[in-house]
Amino acid sequence: MEKNLIVTASPHIVDRSSTRRLMRNVIIALLPCVVASAWIFGLRALLVEAVAVFACVAFEYLYCYLMKKPIPVGDLSAVVTGLILAMNVPVTLPLWMVVLGSFVAIVITKQLFGGLGFNLANPALMGRLVLFGSFTGAMTNWTFPRTISGTDALAGATPLVAGQTDPLPVLDLFLGVHGGVLGETCALAILLGFIWLVATRTISPAIPLAYVGTVAVLALVFVGPSHVMLHVLGGGLLFGAVFMATDYVTSPFTLKGKIVFGIGLGIITWAIRYWGNMAEGVSYAILLMNLLVPYINDLTRQKPLGGAKKK
Amino acid sequence: MNKKLSILTNGILKENPVLRLVLGTCPTLAVTTAAFNGLGMGLAATFVLVCSNIAISSLRKVIPDKVRLPAYITVIATFVTIVQMLVQAFAQDLYSALGVYLPLIVVNCIILGRAEMFASKNNVLDSALDGLGMGLGFTATLLVMASIREILGAGTFFGMRVLPEENCITMMGTPPGGFFTFGVLMALVVFIETKMGQRKKRAIGCEGCPSAANCQSKGACN
Repeated sequence: MEKNLIVTASPHIVDRSSTRRLMRNVIIALLPCVVASAWIFGLRALLVEAVAVFACVAFEYLYCYLMKKPIPVGDLSAVVTGLILAMNVPVTLPLWMVVLGSFVAIVITKQLFGGLGFNLANPALMGRLVLFGSFTGAMTNWTFPRTISGTDALAGATPLVAGQTDPLPVLDLFLGVHGGVLGETCALAILLGFIWLVATRTISPAIPLAYVGTVAVLALVFVGPSHVMLHVLGGGLLFGAVFMATDYVTSPFTLKGKIVFGIGLGIITWAIRYWGNMAEGVSYAILLMNLLVPYINDLTRQKPLGGAKKK
Repeated sequence: MNKKLSILTNGILKENPVLRLVLGTCPTLAVTTAAFNGLGMGLAATFVLVCSNIAISSLRKVIPDKVRLPAYITVIATFVTIVQMLVQAFAQDLYSALGVYLPLIVVNCIILGRAEMFASKNNVLDSALDGLGMGLGFTATLLVMASIREILGAGTFFGMRVLPEENCITMMGTPPGGFFTFGVLMALVVFIETKMGQRKKRAIGCEGCPSAANCQSKGACN
């Protein structure tokens, strides 16, 4: 009884959610992607994932140990960062680069800004972008699994590049048997994860739906119905929308804010893909919108019930 | 004698123009992609700094207060032009590598800052020492920063290959890498100061300003 009588500031209704519990749900949601990556790209995918997770946890532990801060490894957030980072690199990436990416993600992007909750950008995303900016060759060294439908049009690029003229069969895109980074290719696995995350109320579906919807509409308007599936399923859109744009720390609080955030992501992604000279724009879109989140939060603040309009 | 020495060594760590006074960041970030460029830029700025400090210090009683800034700029621009012509004549590679940042030494805050804060109030010898110390601090910072960025970003050091090309962190050679190196070095200087027990309390206003001791217009910038 004593335990139930806690006098604190609101909110007074608490449930059993904790960082650890939420992060565990994200890890479970990522498991289909892990399995899919091993199935599509071979067992080295598992090695890359293991190294990234281990490196992230080790860096988090080391940093907090050296800085004499409480060790937050138990909240599993470093595990999630490591897994998402691994999902964002190609299977052939040298392992020391994976470790470097983990360092950028955990130490530079997260801990130097004050740890979980204080980082401006998604740590795994920054790890990916630094790797991409530094080792463009190694980061775009795609391996090409055999496609189920026997299409052989993929020598040299991801479906976003190769498919501009001749889109891949939707089945191949959906199952993810094409070149790309570990986690982004298999739409089926990502959807399973998405359903789990929404079902356990770990994330709100607002950001992924607004994001993917915006890109789909823009693809329909600018290039026509034949390319909509390519733009939705090809590239990192689904993975980014479900696992990276929904990071609690770097996405808006309110439903209105989340929708604005998702639409902004869609527009930037489309602008980079369609008008820019890069095939992929998901990471930069998420990074840019991450930095706008404080402003979005400010502008989409919920009006308190009965509150007067601010003059 | 000790006082003269401290004027000289002030600029190297305690009042390092780039890392502690945060002046002259534009050339710092722009030219530090290669160690050679950093060294060249640093030495060119040091030359201008020493010469302009001497000239301004010897003219300090002649220059009317109201037009002192145009007068300083004229003096500085003269020396910058000399340096620019010398570099163009004898180090063509450096000249093309530094590009617009060489003439831009004219508006480098370090030089104008030292003229305003130090040379206009101290005698010629002290001003020359201050210019030399600040210049060496600037050069050392540029050299360290450029070395880090060149070794990690391009895998070379003064043009010699030290890392295999495919292992270079190309990011370090780009502007984000520059800002990152800059921040890390600033943090490092604060760390060293803390370890040496010299850390100044970081307050807002004159107490927090590393140049407060020499400042003419105390409180004017709050």
